[in-house]
Amino acid sequence: MSNSKLLMTFPVSATSHTLVEYRERGGYATLEKVLRQMTPTQVSAEITASGIQGRGGAAFPMGRKWGVVHLNDGQPHYLCANADEGEPGTFKDRWILENAPHLLVESMVIAAYALQVRNAFVYIRGEFDLPYRRLAAAVDEAYQAGYLGARILGTDVSCDLVIYRGAGSYVCGEASALLTSIEGRKPYPRNRPPRLTVRGLYQRPTVVNNVETLANIVGIVANGAQAFRAVGTAKNPGTRLISISGHISRPGVYEIEVGYPWSKFIHEDCGGVSGGRQLKAVIPGGISTKVLTAAEIEPLHLDNQEVEAAGSSLGSGGMIVIAEGTCMVRLLQVMLRFYHHESCGQCTPCREGMGWLHRIIDRVVAGDGRPEDIERLYQISAWNDGTTICGMGDAAGYATSGVLNKFRDEFEYFIDNKRSRLHGNLECLASS
Amino acid sequence: MKHLVAEFDAIRARFPSGFDSSLVVPFLRRIQEDRGYVADSDIDALVDYLRVPRIQIEEVLSYYTQFRRKPIGRWHVQACRNVSCSLLGADRIVDHLTQKLRIRPGETTGDGRFTLSTVECLASCGTAPVVMINETCHECVTPQKLDALLETLT
Repeated sequence: MSNSKLLMTFPVSATSHTLVEYRERGGYATLEKVLRQMTPTQVSAEITASGIQGRGGAAFPMGRKWGVVHLNDGQPHYLCANADEGEPGTFKDRWILENAPHLLVESMVIAAYALQVRNAFVYIRGEFDLPYRRLAAAVDEAYQAGYLGARILGTDVSCDLVIYRGAGSYVCGEASALLTSIEGRKPYPRNRPPRLTVRGLYQRPTVVNNVETLANIVGIVANGAQAFRAVGTAKNPGTRLISISGHISRPGVYEIEVGYPWSKFIHEDCGGVSGGRQLKAVIPGGISTKVLTAAEIEPLHLDNQEVEAAGSSLGSGGMIVIAEGTCMVRLLQVMLRFYHHESCGQCTPCREGMGWLHRIIDRVVAGDGRPEDIERLYQISAWNDGTTICGMGDAAGYATSGVLNKFRDEFEYFIDNKRSRLHGNLECLASS
Repeated sequence: MKHLVAEFDAIRARFPSGFDSSLVVPFLRRIQEDRGYVADSDIDALVDYLRVPRIQIEEVLSYYTQFRRKPIGRWHVQACRNVSCSLLGADRIVDHLTQKLRIRPGETTGDGRFTLSTVECLASCGTAPVVMINETCHECVTPQKLDALLETLT
């Protein structure tokens, strides 16, 4: 199949992120067209017609999210870009922020117009340094050029954009936690309903979209929903940015058309497993998605529907490649340490469960595993499924049961023999 | 904190009115950038300036991992050890740093030069393993690269 590009359409250079070069590529022409020729409703209709699904992990249709906001309800509305990219394995939004910050800014001003938003925010994770500096410079340039602020391009449309830097918290990537964080508080996720598009930031209707989702707006509006739908699959149009890492020859961010053959992607586009090893498993979309074995991914295409039918998800597009010889018990230990570290502590099943899972896996790795530990890990995972306010409890459970389902024999061996069947390595040493 | 008030007023002007509570995180970040940590006196001053409850500031400080209540070394060496970095040798990197600096994660060298921490995912998995030193992310690190780098940090 052809592999159309919608976002990575220009050669990256030391200056390709600047306003000058963005304008040379046609930047901000779409905003001008929108403000002069389209109504907010027309913009929203185009987004809905494009069928674009959220790229942050949940794959919720952007048009449906926007549709909840009533333009004439007399309240302020807010828009927030979720740039709190924290799902381990995911670094695609970093690419947009570093290389195409103006694409995000232009898309956000168009979205703000469509949703009648006066104040928009980008919530960017506190650890991001270059992405923050690039975005901050782009916002300054956009203000100076009149693409942001009062009376944009001489129209009566105004929009201000504030970059809000986080301070180190995985949970803030969850939309309601993110908004609570922008309110300057400890980021406890909120129960739904009410949806954030009804009561979000400071109880006002708020749209939170992932950076990559938003960045597609310029292309959709410029070329029309039909052109967008011509790419990808009928149910999931467009492209995905896949960030691939782990035991892979050419790690990095790739733009693929939805429906691209998975095996071809790994073995041809990304150069195959590093060190010439065999592929053992792949975590498809961030560590919260269930691991799939090499045999399982072989016939699949990079389309969320197919991956979900195989029991996992493309999630946030953070693909981690695992070579033959990697100890999955140690791998699960790394994952569970992370979830334990990041649980915000609001919900009992997650607050207690993450620590419990972590203690069990630490014990197993230390050689003190007990025969009942595997069932216990399953049980704690099940207790978290659907019982926590945000998805983190479920996610940790999926990650755990995913690894256990596929590699149970390694856990049994580790518990019986008090050591890994595979030398306990996570690193793929090229020489061995 | 007093010498930052002019800067705070400018930041405040960029936010919509009624968003004073939102300023807690950016102001604490700025205070920490300036002092290296957040002192009790900073909390008092921020309560006066923003008129937010003291408990809110305390909660934010104790929750978010990037905030510190005590001084640390001049160079904060943060080694990622999440999945992708682990698959490419994060354990080896952390061991090397521990031996080289003669401190464990969470500790500071006696001369106040380095603090070593382990962190979870810096979203740079494609260039793993990564080590962040102060504000700068160092990619594809090896013990040799780290040794050369640490020499330059005085």
